[in-house]
Amino acid sequence: MAADGTLVAGAPASAANGRANTMQRFARRRSTIAFLMALPLIALIGGLVVYPAGYAMWLSTLNRRMTANIGLGNFEILLDSDTFWMVIWQSCIFAVGAVIAKALIGFWLAHMLHHIPAKGQRKWRGMLLIPWVIPPALSTLGWWWMFDPSYSSINWILNIFAVPAVPWLGEPWWARFSVILVNVWYGSPFFMIMYLAALKSVPDQLYEAAAIDGATGWQGLRYVTLPMMQNIISITVLFSLIVTFANYDIVRVLTNGGPRDLTQVFASYAFQVGILSGNLPRGAAVSLFMFPVLAVFAFFILRGINRRNREQM
Amino acid sequence: MSASTASTIASYTGKKLGSLRSERRWALWTAYASLIVATIIFLAPPFYMLVTSLKSSAEISNLSGNPWIVRAPTLENYMELIANPLFRGFFFNSVIITLCVVAISMVISVLAAFSLARMKFWGSQALATGVFLTYLVPDTLLFIPLYQIVGGLGLLNSIWGLILIYPTLTVPFCTWIMIGYFASIPKELDEAALIDGAGWMQMLTKIFIPVALPGIIAATIFAFTVSWAAFVYPTAFVTTPEHMPLTIGVVSQLIRGDTFAWGQIMAGALMAALPPVVVYAFLMDYYIAGLTAGATKG
Repeated sequence: MAADGTLVAGAPASAANGRANTMQRFARRRSTIAFLMALPLIALIGGLVVYPAGYAMWLSTLNRRMTANIGLGNFEILLDSDTFWMVIWQSCIFAVGAVIAKALIGFWLAHMLHHIPAKGQRKWRGMLLIPWVIPPALSTLGWWWMFDPSYSSINWILNIFAVPAVPWLGEPWWARFSVILVNVWYGSPFFMIMYLAALKSVPDQLYEAAAIDGATGWQGLRYVTLPMMQNIISITVLFSLIVTFANYDIVRVLTNGGPRDLTQVFASYAFQVGILSGNLPRGAAVSLFMFPVLAVFAFFILRGINRRNREQM
Repeated sequence: MSASTASTIASYTGKKLGSLRSERRWALWTAYASLIVATIIFLAPPFYMLVTSLKSSAEISNLSGNPWIVRAPTLENYMELIANPLFRGFFFNSVIITLCVVAISMVISVLAAFSLARMKFWGSQALATGVFLTYLVPDTLLFIPLYQIVGGLGLLNSIWGLILIYPTLTVPFCTWIMIGYFASIPKELDEAALIDGAGWMQMLTKIFIPVALPGIIAATIFAFTVSWAAFVYPTAFVTTPEHMPLTIGVVSQLIRGDTFAWGQIMAGALMAALPPVVVYAFLMDYYIAGLTAGATKG
């Protein structure tokens, strides 16, 4: 860093002597102090993230009473059970369906927000971000009440348009749809905000140049906006895939896994097996099934962010 | 001749301008229409929660008529909840947990971000990457081993267990965005401070913290909202009602048996959601800066 070297070199030798010593001592002490300052963080990550991760792997190889090591027995039992395969499918349907919908809605809304006069944007943005601000466990309670079989206020509205009542949480596919719907409602504002920030960073000159070359609005979107936002879009989508894939609270409050375990995702199933039924090792095994998928997503996010940093430099 | 060309050009550009203008008007109308529809859908659930919370049980169970309006508004549900010692306990627990977690996270992350952004040491680059990776670890991945660890420390059914574990949710992201803010401070400032004989601690408290204050506010808001809304850990670690924070308390304790007191549940959920919404309403720009910092900075 510049602070040590350049300063000393520039100063007159006689005056520099005393200062050089302090500077050197500074530099020597610097990395020790830096390490000490980062120590609480290192302790936190080591003790409460890395250690539990290793512990989870060891835990998942034990039997139910945690008295004997059964190797990969828990994983074998899980892969043999039909319920667990339903969980895998439901997690994938849930994550992919919800993220695609969130990304599209978020992109659309960001565009619409970007097009209205700047004066009104703040107000609209403020209102549209509210679903993201309310803790999801609590807003899902509201949705649960709106889906209530006998008092559903959504069905009441559908009734006006002569649409028959929908069994929101009763039928498996409707329940799956409802869980995704609530997640989309909660998560779209996040995409909207991320895309809006990205849209604002696209220089206007690019659009002007495209307009002079005779580009239509669609072409502007295809050849200017999307390439410029590509990185943010992929980072946001991957990040949301991780969070959605590991989601727990919406499923827990809305369906609690029902009907017949058909809306269980990894997290809620791990909770049911591990904590509620008391089979901690197998619950840990269920959670660990998420790990490879999350690791792949995380790898690509990191690559995207590094690439973005290089572009900005 | 020249006059006629001029007029045709004028009429041509006029027509073109007119079509452009109408195109733009159409775009504007589409924009407003989509925003209005989206706002109605996005705000319908909280609105319906508010409407329900203002109704008496009799009005809620009355199936005739529009459920979206309230005929005889009453604050009875709110009054009952405020008078309920259990609910006040939830609130109190949430406040203590959140205050402690915010304080702990900010101290840890500001110190670590300062050292990672300015005072490199062996392995600091790897640590910065590690911080970001930990941010990507979802809470549902590790709650079972953490359950065992918290249990081993004898902190199940206690708010201290939650205070110990919540920083894993907040610290990585706070550190990450603080690194971004600190790194954007010009190096000339620290050089000037060094020449004036400031120590590292003085440099941090006298220069970095004041200059990066917007970042610190954004990180504090993030830590606050995350620990207020945390759900997985309290659900796993706390089963005794008197130690529950608001989220799990409202979800598990206000729902009892088969007859749901919907008015009270909605009133409880709204009151529990109020603090983050108020913070958001007053500090929206910082909130959004914190939200977008993760991907645009760093």
